[in-house]
Amino acid sequence: MSLFSKPKYSTVVVKKKDIPKGLWTKCPLSGEIVFNKELEANQMVVPKSGYHFPIGARQRIEALFDADTFVEADASVRSADPLKFVDSQAYPDRIKKYEKESGLKEAVVCGIGAIEGIRVSAAVMDFRFCGGAMGSAVGEKITRAVEAAIREKIPCIIFSASGGARMQEGIFSLMQMAKTSAALGRLAQAGLPFISVLTHPTMGGVTASFATLGDLNIAEPGALIGFAGARVIKETTKQTLPAGFQSAEFLLKHGLIDQIVSRLEMRAHLAGVLAALYLKRKAQRTTS
Amino acid sequence: MDKPTYTLEFEKPLRELSAQLDQLKQQSLESNLDVTSEVAAIERKIAATQREIYSSLTPWQRVQIARHPKRPYALDYVEAICEDFREMHGDRQFKDDRALVGGTAFFQGQAVMIIAQHKGRDTKEKVARNFGMPQPEGYRKALRLMKTAEKFGLPVLTFIDTPGAYPGLSSEERHVSEAIAVNLREMALLRVPSIAVVVGEGGSGGALGIGVTDRVLIFENSYYSVISPEGCAAILWKDAAAAPKAAEAMKITAQHLEQFGIVDEVIAEPFGGAHNDPKQAAAALGYTLQKHLNDLRAVKTEKLVDLRYERLRHLGVYEEAGEIRS
Repeated sequence: MSLFSKPKYSTVVVKKKDIPKGLWTKCPLSGEIVFNKELEANQMVVPKSGYHFPIGARQRIEALFDADTFVEADASVRSADPLKFVDSQAYPDRIKKYEKESGLKEAVVCGIGAIEGIRVSAAVMDFRFCGGAMGSAVGEKITRAVEAAIREKIPCIIFSASGGARMQEGIFSLMQMAKTSAALGRLAQAGLPFISVLTHPTMGGVTASFATLGDLNIAEPGALIGFAGARVIKETTKQTLPAGFQSAEFLLKHGLIDQIVSRLEMRAHLAGVLAALYLKRKAQRTTS
Repeated sequence: MDKPTYTLEFEKPLRELSAQLDQLKQQSLESNLDVTSEVAAIERKIAATQREIYSSLTPWQRVQIARHPKRPYALDYVEAICEDFREMHGDRQFKDDRALVGGTAFFQGQAVMIIAQHKGRDTKEKVARNFGMPQPEGYRKALRLMKTAEKFGLPVLTFIDTPGAYPGLSSEERHVSEAIAVNLREMALLRVPSIAVVVGEGGSGGALGIGVTDRVLIFENSYYSVISPEGCAAILWKDAAAAPKAAEAMKITAQHLEQFGIVDEVIAEPFGGAHNDPKQAAAALGYTLQKHLNDLRAVKTEKLVDLRYERLRHLGVYEEAGEIRS
């Protein structure tokens, strides 16, 4: 695969889709029927159309890192309930529900692993857990992942998938934007690369903090990326929004992101980028 | 207290009493009857009602005060407490954002850099200032001014008063997310003292974009929130009318924020809100700012930046190994 091959993508706006259940799934792009086993084996990317379904954090980690190199960190950091927040449901009950549904303890999984032999500190978000919303625990884990990179003198990579800040933690959630960005400031001062990978969807306070602070900001094809949601924009401004608004392709065209890279090529691409920015020599390719 | 020219919903009992009083006085003039005792009774009732209303404001009522059309805005305070404010325009890239302004000034005789979100007073100015909703170029101008302040060793004073960064096509096209994110990172590293004051609305990332400072102060009736109460209500309660509930649940008042350690000090407002006595509010702000600025000036630069990081590092409450930590 070439680093400079034109990424395959479409300008169709991708609607929120749950990770498919059942035996087979219809591709929203081409209408073709794909067996779920085949989809899972292909990192949730529809083989022919290239449509990217959301992928869980563990599955992504599995596909991304060299075999048996990823060591999870800070797995015991979880959400508290500082506001004693209740809407139609108490916040801790919501958290329990997300834990059960996703099999995760938080909306981000962090750790250190190797990508084609290059050690990186990574944070991988999972949209299934509370829509990937950033509360104190997410902010803490991401900040620790950045600090681990500084400590180990290795690059940091964050995969974002988030609706934004977590309302149930109010101002504490907002402050995670400042905390994570401040840590990235220290990483930058240490001269270490930060690669941000924006996946579907990355919105609000996550986009407006660490996700756009990469030395490279890379998006997956079709990912929805923005600050304010389209509905809010339409209601506030009565503007008609162009087709493909806030898609990865829209952002690339406007010069807001560096690259759009297929999930299937991500591993090799990240290795290539880090070879240039970090190793400053061509990477020794290991088997992928 | 002057007769209110703009009455908030919860202040209506006061307006009614005030109208009664006027009527009574008018009657006495016309009929030459002595109504002194009746007048005194109504005045006592007004004072009691004021106490009742203003000493037990709900979070949602405070939001109304924070958004009061007569509330002093950032530049009103700058004018009141600073001298020789000289505005610097534009981000040198795209345009001059009128919602987020700044420039040099003298505060207590010392040079400072002012960065302020400013809403407009009349309709024309409100439109020109985009109702206090900055666009990417506003945040980029703010960063430019902060870098200038750093270069010349001037403390940075920011005034927060925005419903939020402008949610619009233009904002997205020019990457408002990145503009805010870069400010968060750069403010954390800034090598001069910085203080933010939430003078009105602290609307989410749009507020934080000039709010990563050594100290954060807030006026008594200001609020600071991750999302507007209406926005939160629309999402979690599926009904924007549930905003009062959302305001309550998110604990967005100055008092809560102080309790959480998010702000360093709450600045007391005149009875009923800063708009009832802007001079008194400005004096309180000047006094509090001076105190915190003096503290910060005494700290060496390296230490200042380290302390700021420490402060940011402990924002948040989470659970780890069965313990609640921050």
